[in-house]
Amino acid sequence: MMLSKGLKRKREEEEEEEEKKEDLEVDAWWLDPGHPAVTQTPPTVASSSLFDLSVLKLHHSLRQSEPDLRHLVLVVNTLRRIQASMAPTVTLPPVPSPPIVPSVADNLLASSDATLSTSIASLLEDLSHIEGLSQAPQPLADEGPPGRPVGATPPSLGALDLLSPATGCLLDDGLEGLFEDIDTSMYDSELWVPASEGLKPGPEDGPGKEGAPELDEAELDYLMDVLVGTQALERPPGPGR
Amino acid sequence: MTSSGGATGIGRHFEKGKKKKKIPPRRRRRRRQRRLRPELSARRGASGRARSAGQAPSRATAMAGAGGGGCPAGGNDFQWCFSQVKGAVDEDVAEADIISTVEFNYSGDLLATGDKGGRVVIFQREQENKSRPHSRGEYNVYSTFQSHEPEFDYLKSLEIEEKINKIRWLPQQNAAHFLLSTNDKTIKLWKISERDKRAEGYNLKDEDGRLRDPFRITALRVPILKPMDLMVEASPRRIFANAHMYHISSISVNSDHETYLSADDLRINLWHLEITDRSFNIVDIKPANMEELTEVITAAAFHPHQCNVFVYSSSKGTIWLCDMRSSALCDRHSKFFEEPEDPSSRSFFSEIISFISDVKFSHSGRYMMTRDYLSVKVWDLNMENRPVETHQVHEYLRSKLCSLYENDCIFDKFECCWNGSDSAIMTGSYNNFFRMFDRNTRRDVTLEASRENSKPRASLKPRKVCTGGKRKKDEISVDSLDFNKKILHTAWHPVENIIAVAATNNLYIFQDKIN
Repeated sequence: MMLSKGLKRKREEEEEEEEKKEDLEVDAWWLDPGHPAVTQTPPTVASSSLFDLSVLKLHHSLRQSEPDLRHLVLVVNTLRRIQASMAPTVTLPPVPSPPIVPSVADNLLASSDATLSTSIASLLEDLSHIEGLSQAPQPLADEGPPGRPVGATPPSLGALDLLSPATGCLLDDGLEGLFEDIDTSMYDSELWVPASEGLKPGPEDGPGKEGAPELDEAELDYLMDVLVGTQALERPPGPGR
Repeated sequence: MTSSGGATGIGRHFEKGKKKKKIPPRRRRRRRQRRLRPELSARRGASGRARSAGQAPSRATAMAGAGGGGCPAGGNDFQWCFSQVKGAVDEDVAEADIISTVEFNYSGDLLATGDKGGRVVIFQREQENKSRPHSRGEYNVYSTFQSHEPEFDYLKSLEIEEKINKIRWLPQQNAAHFLLSTNDKTIKLWKISERDKRAEGYNLKDEDGRLRDPFRITALRVPILKPMDLMVEASPRRIFANAHMYHISSISVNSDHETYLSADDLRINLWHLEITDRSFNIVDIKPANMEELTEVITAAAFHPHQCNVFVYSSSKGTIWLCDMRSSALCDRHSKFFEEPEDPSSRSFFSEIISFISDVKFSHSGRYMMTRDYLSVKVWDLNMENRPVETHQVHEYLRSKLCSLYENDCIFDKFECCWNGSDSAIMTGSYNNFFRMFDRNTRRDVTLEASRENSKPRASLKPRKVCTGGKRKKDEISVDSLDFNKKILHTAWHPVENIIAVAATNNLYIFQDKIN
């Protein structure tokens, strides 16, 4: 699923997926028309099922090769509302290293709301990071190891990283911008990294978007070769070669 | 790929008693033009009628035609009846055939549709036929072409969909017709022109196009123009690309007929129709830090008369009206339209259902209409704090928002449209229902676009959704609604009471009997 970037699916497949998603629901209290909460003013506290559903949607949305911003923003805002209603008094701690979880739903349920809001913040921050807009002095912890939660590292959030069209030149944004969204997830054997591993220094370990700041000259040269072709071959080999 | 003639066209679907031949999916076309090459032409018969491949015999088209004739006394001012339906009957709908946009041109003689497969099909209204005075002009295929192809962005490893998001016609200035069509990333200006003459008698080439040997030419002649079967050609004249990082949701042609805007999720660009290598960014709501992103642009439109004024709507239910004279980057709005939230109906989904999926100016330019998930609102441009009218489209869904959120239906983007005189508005709903509101009489009606109601001259029976209690006969309960059958795209003829309703892969045309 992660690797099926942008593949068009037939309607039947989509409907199957919808059904699968529905099967995942643990608690369909709201579908019961007789339930008082459905017809009256909505409950001020959401059930955890609604919360789970929103989280699933968020990750599903981020998993798309080109996330639909509109959908994403709406789901995130709804999730924030739900989260706010569930724990209105929680204060956000400073952004720590984001939790790296093999199973999103379980861990997010288990973790505190503060962690969740951190996760949401970090998810959106990934978008920002891909854009290349994130402020320079960001702690490495935020930038992210490959083992981010599933939804946070889509193969390529390409839509958010289109290089400046007006210039018409691919390299204007700098090499960092160029490489951030190269998808190397196909070559990764392990997309999820247990929490204990923390940061992974290797740039090629994770989806390429994390790699740019950590690529050294050799890697850049190699990638340049691949992309630029003969032009790059004429350049003298870098130190690492 | 030439058809064998006869029973391959769409008309065959209407022939009574004939068994419907199943078309292999690859060759299934929403329209009849099998002889067409992808870019171009429909051949028209000498009589001037579109001679589509396998056009059904006249009785079939008569069946599909609307009649005049006696109309039953209706409660509404309009008496809508079925006119035509285009599209395959088969239950198995090809994804590419799903209609994604419908638009009449300025005169109403042409009706353009775009689909998920990137194709544009234009229908033209036939001239009134004296031999059939009761049959109003029907719409038949005029041109079919592939507007957008799927693209693959190798750098980002993702596919750019060829689905046509919007079509907008340009006002006609000469014999040719122009329209803008856009997918997620690229806008194209298409020229649709007719050719009915052909030059014959070239000196340097034969009739079949082969070059002649210059040494063989012994005499010179002047080529002469000879009439030929009318051919309609579509050619791309401009391609406006690489200006949008996000998905283009709207395009709008300016009243100066020289510029147009294109809006994606976070930015709006202004283009000149002649210039493709640059555009001006006039709105940018992208936050410096994407973490702070809470709102996206959902629709945008130019004012129909004031070429410096445009509006754009947001995912939070607000509309900004901007004046381009005030500054180059219209970050500061001139007017800001927002209705305060009703605290009693607040829920987790309040924001999602306030998301504006379409914004349309009235023809007069005095009002604008917005469509959110449950309602249509009419705003007076001079009053920003609340709409002047609010029409409920399907209020019975309010108690079902949770399940609609779960199956993603809550994110459906419905469009809306005005009639020519701005006295009525129309929008779609689920179960192939669409709703019409008469602003003068304050009456509304729910109608259905379905094959069962597709009998010639059949009046559309108003439908009713039962929201609770005992279900009356002919009513349908909310739980029986088919949420896969959604009418997102509708269009109203600019002058007459003719409407086009897109129901998945079928296009229905209804006409008003009274006229």
